[in-house]
Amino acid sequence: MLDENTIPLITVENMKKYYPVKGGVIPHTTGYVKAVDGVSFSIMKGQTLGLVGESGCGKSTIGRQLVGLEKPTEGKIYYNGCDLSAISRNKEQMRQIRTKLQMVFQDPYSSLNPRKHIYEILAQPMLYHHISSKETVERDILRLLDMVGLPRTVLGRYPHEFSGGQRQRIGIAKALSLNPEFIVCDEPVSALDVSIQAQILNLLKDLQKELGLTLLFVGHGLGAVHYVSDRIAVMYLGKIVEIGEAKEIFRHPVHPYTRALLDAVPVPDTAQKNQERKLLKGEIGSSMEPPEGCRFHNRCPYAVEQCALEVPGLQRVEEKSTRQAACPVVLADKKEAAHG
Amino acid sequence: MILKKIDEKYSKEPSGAAVSSSRKDIHSESYLQTVWRRFKRHHLASVSLAVLVVVVGAALLAPVIAPYDPTEIAGPFAEPPSKKFWLGTDLIGRDVLSRLLYATRISLLVGVMATLISTVIGVILGLSAGYFGGAADMIIMRFTDMVMSFPYILLVLVAAAIFKPGLWNIILILGFVDWPGIARLVRGNVLNLRETNFVKSSIVAGMPLRHILFSEILPNTVAPILVYSTSVLALSILDEAALSFLGQGIQPPDASLGNMLNGAQSLTVLTSQPWLWIPPGVMIVVIVMAINFIGDALRDALDPNGGR
Repeated sequence: MLDENTIPLITVENMKKYYPVKGGVIPHTTGYVKAVDGVSFSIMKGQTLGLVGESGCGKSTIGRQLVGLEKPTEGKIYYNGCDLSAISRNKEQMRQIRTKLQMVFQDPYSSLNPRKHIYEILAQPMLYHHISSKETVERDILRLLDMVGLPRTVLGRYPHEFSGGQRQRIGIAKALSLNPEFIVCDEPVSALDVSIQAQILNLLKDLQKELGLTLLFVGHGLGAVHYVSDRIAVMYLGKIVEIGEAKEIFRHPVHPYTRALLDAVPVPDTAQKNQERKLLKGEIGSSMEPPEGCRFHNRCPYAVEQCALEVPGLQRVEEKSTRQAACPVVLADKKEAAHG
Repeated sequence: MILKKIDEKYSKEPSGAAVSSSRKDIHSESYLQTVWRRFKRHHLASVSLAVLVVVVGAALLAPVIAPYDPTEIAGPFAEPPSKKFWLGTDLIGRDVLSRLLYATRISLLVGVMATLISTVIGVILGLSAGYFGGAADMIIMRFTDMVMSFPYILLVLVAAAIFKPGLWNIILILGFVDWPGIARLVRGNVLNLRETNFVKSSIVAGMPLRHILFSEILPNTVAPILVYSTSVLALSILDEAALSFLGQGIQPPDASLGNMLNGAQSLTVLTSQPWLWIPPGVMIVVIVMAINFIGDALRDALDPNGGR
């Protein structure tokens, strides 16, 4: 699966995150929301992994585990080969690693403290981590503002004086201020106007190239994810159903769910308007009691009896590619077609 | 070619001096200035503030402006107001005006100190309950419920009986019974703030707990605390008056607004010597009303969604 030239910066092994559900007259745990249920992937240094899926499929949860906001119920996260859960016991080491893993939040309106002006927002973490000193902090902040394309005059202003796009730029500057290696972008553009989205996406792309950042881009806008990602993982109900190079996935989706997702994208071309599209029926299942077997089987147009019984694992789509999908039915069909 | 020119034109504009300076002018008003401007729109509150300033000033300057010593007998018993004694004398011949000034001083001191104590306790408990959650939250909030559900005046009376009544004991007692409201208020706010992205982003940035609690969360809950503590201030002044009226508060010969009213327990005083109880009564009403009006105006002025 590994290319010789690249090393994984982040490796996730069999990550699970269950949230207890309290209920009853005397509150007790009545069940678990299985937000993430056994997910493994790795992200190469300097690459972007896009994470797509419906709302509630656990993609943001994965992002929160990676930056240490929450601890996974099970499974391991490796950063540069170090197990994060082992490090988290060592406070000093954790403090240093924290700065390397940063996050850009979805809602730029709540990600900046309304009572602080921009200078404070950016300076405080840098000073605390000794990334900058009192003498150099102003210069460093101005450099950050230049990087994210904000005028230098904004320092003394408060967040409410900015537009959504500008706030997201400040959010990005804040993440960058700690010299991170890895940034989780949790739907960074979904709260913004369409015209601003492209600007922010381009900014992220440029910064990644310039600084050699590794990104996890969580999103549900397929266009945006395709645009920024090198690789894409498609999630359904807490599991990855397909993962591979972004181009390949968009050109030839294998898993029925990926196909359905791509089919659901509105097409502006009127010539294709009447083409038949397979739109999914039904709702995404409950993550408290996910369907037995393949979680997608009750909505899947290709489902066979076996799908309701066995939980499919990720399998390689082709011998040589790094692409994997979790649908034995389609894969078997594919093989047959190739041989026959 | 044309595209490039347009590009240049637009990329230059934001850094142009004219644009940035005019923008700066619009936004030069600080938060406090905004609050003050909004506050002034409430005329009742502005008047209240002026009244309160006069009252507080008079109380602070009591040693200078009081015509007589408040604890010394200055004239005949129970004399009605005259040129010599503007508000008359009390049952043992002390000047009512001098006593009123000193009483206001004591009552305000009790109110302010008790409010400070209860605010500090309430903020600390509310902050820890809200932020840490779980068992800490459970224990703190059940304790708060317990203090809240206890018959208030009885608790104060019992406490006043156990510890000797006196200025600092009254302050401490009132301080320790008034905090549950603030604790609840702060906890509720912290529960909301804890989930906001700017707090999460501070955690991701690896900031220490003290920074998150006191620099990120607390400043965002100052406004409601301030508003609530004005009502606690008014309540503490009333409670002190009630306690002193019942004889468990400030002890004579020291004057407080409550123990000056004490005289009104007798029917003769109530009907035929109104100068003994009307001044302290009016003073309490004026102070409490002024504080409450100011609190109302503060609520509007500090509201971040209150508009311009």
